[in-house]
Amino acid sequence: MESNLAGAAVESPGPVNPNQPSPSAARVLRKRSARPRLGDPLFKGATGLFAVMIAGLAAFIMVSMAIGSRLAFEKFGLSFLLKSIWDPVKGEFGALPFIYGTVASSLLALLIAVPLSLGVAIFLVEKAPRKLSEPILFVVQLLAAIPSVVYGLWGVFVLAPLLRESVYPKLQAILGFTPLFSGHQNGLGLLSAGLILSIMVLPIITAVTTDVLRAVPNTQREASLALGATKWEATVIVLQNAKSGISGAIILGLGRAIGETMAVTMIIGNRPQISASLFDPSYTIASSIANEFTEATSEIHLQSLVALGLILFIVTFIINMLARLLVWGVTRGEGRGAHV
Amino acid sequence: MTVLTAACAAVAVLSLFLILGYILAGGLRSLSFGFLIHDPKPVDEPGGGIANGIVGSLIMIALGSMFGLPIGILAGVFLSEFGSNKFGQVLRFLIDTLTGTPSIVIGVVVWTVMVHPMGYFSALAGGVALGIMMMPIVARTTEEMIRLVPHSLREAGLALGAPRWRVTLGVVLRTAASGVATGAMLAIARIAGETAPLLFTALSLNYLSTNLLQPMASLTFQIYYYAGSPYEVWHDMAWAATLVLVAMILGLNIIVKILTRNRHQQG
Repeated sequence: MESNLAGAAVESPGPVNPNQPSPSAARVLRKRSARPRLGDPLFKGATGLFAVMIAGLAAFIMVSMAIGSRLAFEKFGLSFLLKSIWDPVKGEFGALPFIYGTVASSLLALLIAVPLSLGVAIFLVEKAPRKLSEPILFVVQLLAAIPSVVYGLWGVFVLAPLLRESVYPKLQAILGFTPLFSGHQNGLGLLSAGLILSIMVLPIITAVTTDVLRAVPNTQREASLALGATKWEATVIVLQNAKSGISGAIILGLGRAIGETMAVTMIIGNRPQISASLFDPSYTIASSIANEFTEATSEIHLQSLVALGLILFIVTFIINMLARLLVWGVTRGEGRGAHV
Repeated sequence: MTVLTAACAAVAVLSLFLILGYILAGGLRSLSFGFLIHDPKPVDEPGGGIANGIVGSLIMIALGSMFGLPIGILAGVFLSEFGSNKFGQVLRFLIDTLTGTPSIVIGVVVWTVMVHPMGYFSALAGGVALGIMMMPIVARTTEEMIRLVPHSLREAGLALGAPRWRVTLGVVLRTAASGVATGAMLAIARIAGETAPLLFTALSLNYLSTNLLQPMASLTFQIYYYAGSPYEVWHDMAWAATLVLVAMILGLNIIVKILTRNRHQQG
């Protein structure tokens, strides 16, 4: 169809068939003029301006948030990151419990999601026939389309009760002697947040890993098989070749988990504390902003929340940059996973 | 090993159907026509609805698309037509990185530069936040769609003596139009489910309003609010609102899938 289009543009400058989707080339011919072309630089400049504008959002976000959180950084300095007291009444703000909650919930999510996603991706690329892998990939991508707040709702009313009544008590019976699974639990807490996050980051890790594995040339597989490797050994070799890209996919998933807001806010229990037990409620950077922003009354409280936002942006930006570099190295910036 | 990886795939697929099943069951309990066309009522009065949220979401998605689509598409045109040099690489990289910006950060930024100076929450600010979220996504999908247009088409246009910009807009962009449109639809589906950027930009409102300089309700905010309330009735409303939202978003995704599949078959 595409070659057909090109042919039409060259061969029929006369009356244009209305069924042809692109008659413009022919029309352009008749309007040809010899005037110096101002249009081109102008067009390039205008579209370039928009591209620069979007790319410049990174700087804009950072500068506006830095200005908006000036007071907090002036007043607390580095202790903002290191202290664990968050007390709006006394005007004391230290972000350590939020940083802990963010890192811990994200790592828990990766712990579950990474093996699962790799399994799905290996199945889709190396094992399943194309007829099966395409619909499965689509279904996995639909998981990414479900809004965060919906995951939150499902987490609060379906997952949390299930965990509270059947899963956590069993877990506690077996592993309760370790500090990780000790203490009181009500279904809402760090582990629950990690679980819901793992479902949410599964699609992006799977999609990017699938792209990366597909980018490994088939000759690799054929060569290993020809040398007498079993199918499984050949897959291991493919995985080794795709190592950096897969790391990129995982880091991309980490970036998503760190910035995820609504679902986590609804299920993590929202208590700023650093506690050994995974059952205990915790708090993340994103969820503290979501919860406190409209309720903050003092300027320093607001600015501290903006400061949290700035930290979140810088951290996720660096993480995403790193991930893109790793993934681009393999897929050359192409592939469908890039925008999940 | 095949069995193990197949089991992983099964878990992923099942989790989607499990979640969708609960949404369907929970949503159908209190979904009715009245639910779609009435404003919310106090908790002890029956017959409340989410008309304000549906209308608010649609208005703010439209606003966001108004800001986000043109800017994103033109930026995508630049990246594909003029972006093969170092400068283009850097822009592409930054824009790609920005697609992963947490949506709550966009909310905070729009609050700092718009809501705070203006002194009130507004649907306009919500629309701007959604628009900013769209831009990097639209730019990159547009670029990729335009890249699919064969070079022979550009050359044909240029050989006819048309200036570059006319070839780009009239031939290349037009040929890629359906692809660009599906990219736009995906971006719309993405922002339609956003709550965090609206929390402190548009906030919410208890009745139907079309005033852009006032707070405005959205489906997502209502789901969040009702889910967090202590009332059983409101929990049911949250489920029903979720069903409406998810049907909208998955519908868009499935339409896009069907459209792109047809294109592949023709090509």
